[in-house]
Amino acid sequence: MSFEEQYSAYRRQKRLYAALFCGVFALCLAASWITAKFDPVTLLGGLPRTTEFLVKLVPPIGMATFAADVREWYWDGAKWMGSLLNTLLMAYLATVIGTALGGFLSFFAARNLAQHYAVYWITRRVLEVARTVPDIVWALLFIIAFGIGPLAGILAITVHTVGAQGKLFAEVNENISPLPIDGVRASGGSWLQVMRFAVLPQVLPNYMSYIFWRMELNVRSATIVGFVGAGGIGHDLFTSVQLLYFGDAGAILLIVVATVMAIDIVSERFRHRAIGKSSFA
Amino acid sequence: MSRVLWVGNTALTLYCLYHFGFLSGDFLHGVGKFASVVVAQLFPPAGWGHLPEFLKAMGETIAMAFLGTLLGATFALPLSFLASKNMTRSRPLQFGTRRFADLLRAFDYLIWALIFVRAVGLGPLAGIMAIAIVETGTFIKLYSEAIENLDRKQIDGISAAGGNGLQRVRFGVLPQVLPMMLSNTLYMFEHNVRSASILGIVGAGGIGFLLADRLRAYALQEACTIILLVILAVYAIDYLSKVLRERLIGDHRRREPVDDAKQA
Repeated sequence: MSFEEQYSAYRRQKRLYAALFCGVFALCLAASWITAKFDPVTLLGGLPRTTEFLVKLVPPIGMATFAADVREWYWDGAKWMGSLLNTLLMAYLATVIGTALGGFLSFFAARNLAQHYAVYWITRRVLEVARTVPDIVWALLFIIAFGIGPLAGILAITVHTVGAQGKLFAEVNENISPLPIDGVRASGGSWLQVMRFAVLPQVLPNYMSYIFWRMELNVRSATIVGFVGAGGIGHDLFTSVQLLYFGDAGAILLIVVATVMAIDIVSERFRHRAIGKSSFA
Repeated sequence: MSRVLWVGNTALTLYCLYHFGFLSGDFLHGVGKFASVVVAQLFPPAGWGHLPEFLKAMGETIAMAFLGTLLGATFALPLSFLASKNMTRSRPLQFGTRRFADLLRAFDYLIWALIFVRAVGLGPLAGIMAIAIVETGTFIKLYSEAIENLDRKQIDGISAAGGNGLQRVRFGVLPQVLPMMLSNTLYMFEHNVRSASILGIVGAGGIGFLLADRLRAYALQEACTIILLVILAVYAIDYLSKVLRERLIGDHRRREPVDDAKQA
């Protein structure tokens, strides 16, 4: 076959794939459009109303009366700051417990460390269910048993954290070098000693990085579990929107966004530091 | 130093346990109730008569995720060029676009959904918009990182052959970044099916409404059916998207794109 023929055959195949892709894509688009009753007219009509709503979130603040206006906007500031502190503590506790449990399970969910395939398989499936079910659904389930309040929210975020950390840590565990493990085993170390002296030193930097990242995500989660009554600042936000106190909602949203962004920045610093160490280890 | 950290963290953890009532009898009572009431009543899943209704809601959920992801990707594509250091000369413009993206991502889907339900009313449209807004922020970040990593030589080649700006983007930039962008977009679609399944809790469409409704009415067996349905759908889409992404990127051993981006 000449070069020309090969080239045109290649082009034909490429075009066929592109056409196929476009066809399937168009089909998916049409199906979604109809199923979700997507209506661009309503969407465009909604945009001015969205802007209107966003404007209502911030009360008029004058230059001359700036301090007084802000003080009035944050009339319930002490309560919201208390809720914010609770939210952060909820995220912290869920991260601590979830990481401890998830870290423990990750040793059974790593193919190179688990001693039986059955244990590995079951642990993997348990972790999958824990993180596939959204935390807000866990919150609704825990509320039935523990009642309205932060306890249900913490447990919900913890379960999700166990699932996520278990999987991520297990992947870290699977990527370690087997040499130190052989060394500890050869000198007669037990399974526990292998974990402590051969595995842990290798995985700790990556663990740290994932812990900080999870803390970021859990702060976000802790701000929304309150929507279903599971504690935190989300509860204040949800009630203020339901009661049409838009100024309050705006004030809380501003607190949330400032907190989330601040946590992201701080945690990114720590994560770089944790990973930086690993490259020298 | 590390001892101070250990003591500090232990103290804070203990305080939290106390503060949130983990150390009281109520907690143990709750654990018992969770085992006897919730876990015992979840199984076996029931309500198969409602299956057509559930399936329809699941379809709506997937459709919301699809349209939301698509809209987000469409908004983000031009903005991601503005947010890339190697494409935008004006530093304030580049930096500003990045921070704008951070702002969109800072609120959870559910918070945007709550806002849009007020603005456009109950229904899937509010959910689609919530996903689209968060994804615009995520995709600006992911796409611009892909663009910043591209190889300059191919663009120089197009310029040298007399190509204009549009041709530089079409033949120099897109072939390099498109596989990465498509792979990231698919991954986020996968992620959004999960997010969309709960937006109904605030009335923004999808299966979340039915689920919250059943859970609040203590119809736990029916809730179990819905949860299983969501897990099944998420698995199926994860699998499909993984196969597609491996075809796009080729190397199946690389880590999840979003993990990389969030680590960066």
